[in-house]
Amino acid sequence: MSLSDFLSNATSKWLRDDGPDSDIVISSRVRIARNLTNRAFPMLATERDRQTLLDEVAAAVKHAGIQELGSFELLKMGDLTDVEKQVLVEKHLISPALLESPGGAVILRNDEEISVMVNEEDHLRLQCLLPGYQLDGAYQMVDRLDDALEETLDFSFDETKGYLTACPTNVGTGMRASVMMHLPALVLTGQIGRILSAVTHVGLAVRGIYGEGTDALGNLFQISNQITLGQSEEEIIGNLHGVARQIVDHERGARQYLLRDGKEQIEDRVCRSFGILAYARQIDSKEAMQRLSDVRLGIDLGIIKGVSANILKELMVATQPGFLQKYYGHEMSPAMRDVKRASLMRERLRMNDGE
Amino acid sequence: MLCEQCGERPATVHFTEIVQGQKSEYHLCEACAREKGQAAYEAMIGAFSVNQLLSGLLHLDPTATPRSDTPAPRCESCGLTFQQFAQVGRFGCPDCYQAFSRELGTLLKRVQSSDQHTGKIPRRRGGVIGARRELNRLRQEMHMRVVEERFEDAAQLRDRIRYLEQQIESQA
Repeated sequence: MSLSDFLSNATSKWLRDDGPDSDIVISSRVRIARNLTNRAFPMLATERDRQTLLDEVAAAVKHAGIQELGSFELLKMGDLTDVEKQVLVEKHLISPALLESPGGAVILRNDEEISVMVNEEDHLRLQCLLPGYQLDGAYQMVDRLDDALEETLDFSFDETKGYLTACPTNVGTGMRASVMMHLPALVLTGQIGRILSAVTHVGLAVRGIYGEGTDALGNLFQISNQITLGQSEEEIIGNLHGVARQIVDHERGARQYLLRDGKEQIEDRVCRSFGILAYARQIDSKEAMQRLSDVRLGIDLGIIKGVSANILKELMVATQPGFLQKYYGHEMSPAMRDVKRASLMRERLRMNDGE
Repeated sequence: MLCEQCGERPATVHFTEIVQGQKSEYHLCEACAREKGQAAYEAMIGAFSVNQLLSGLLHLDPTATPRSDTPAPRCESCGLTFQQFAQVGRFGCPDCYQAFSRELGTLLKRVQSSDQHTGKIPRRRGGVIGARRELNRLRQEMHMRVVEERFEDAAQLRDRIRYLEQQIESQA
């Protein structure tokens, strides 16, 4: 199979499509936790309890209200190979914890924008993951799915504590909303530390994605709400929205500054990274992420032309161990992965040369 | 740099977590990172839980320390003891919230912004709850109008409140 066929068949819609502000916001995700009444949470549930829950949820998904939302498929972790499970984790559709969880399953919509984990920490975790800045859209989708499931399932709800969850840090709305942002110019201009520490003071959390704080790998940052009780879903999304908008504006400003006051440096940096990705024979994931971030910035600034802007998120996922193994069809050592990763990068960059 | 978990293999996975201004860094080898898969995943997509922080908070709470002269609190529905909850940071079933409400004390208020849910109510099962919440909102509004001496508005609100009260009663 060619790489381009592989990527379009194996990746999710959020990895292939653009969205609003997708020059900076990679993806938007909303996840809510729901539990059924009168039974133990998965941690204490027996094998039979877990199976019963799975059967009930499978029946609920067949209900008309759900079918209106699209075509869904239930995948039991026990029926999947290790690589298939790994790839689901790398696509951010399930958590690694689900792999360890007996009776674990995921219900996926065919475009993979919606997923429901069953028997993870909570009975159900509903997720919507969209490309670009679409927090409102992601929440509306999860909200509709929640209503449709609630038509046939009884969710644990308390008037004062809200939706009851296995962990008290999720109780209330049970909601975690987040945006993944690519912020290379704020990192290069040294403003990132100040901005991120301000964010953590307004009830939001920031995480570098496999990076070190202000020097996050691939300059990718995840901003999410910490509080689930005492704020409504709309307030949580509104807070996140306000902060995300400001960060987007700052990043855009910093990019203009780089173009104006350091054009040669930034062009040199971007083109060097492009050269390395186009010719390297082995590359570790850390360097790959940094180079991809540079190339993506070069595309956004118009320095590099003829390469899809989606290359960053696509390759950030496709060069993970599970994907590499799936594409090359065999298991490999970390050293071998570095070789194959470089090879896949070269192939991907050539793919766009003809366009 | 060696992996801070096993101290044997080189650290190849690095991640930083900043939660409410608290920064923690992790430097792990691939094997230990996989073991810590959940933590790494959470770093990547946003944690759903902060249970270490949670058990820390519980141990600090004097009302939460179990006393030896009284039987350890236990949830009747699932059998989880409060001690076990403090260790794992997870409840066993929905009834645990009620069973441990005294021991939990102000915990919820400290990890969250308040201890009162103001968000979504289940559409099918939450009808009466929604009506009660609306009732409280209307009562507050009515008091405001009275204070402002806008008595006609207040009277209208009073009529709506009466109507809602009757509705709730008929459903109960």
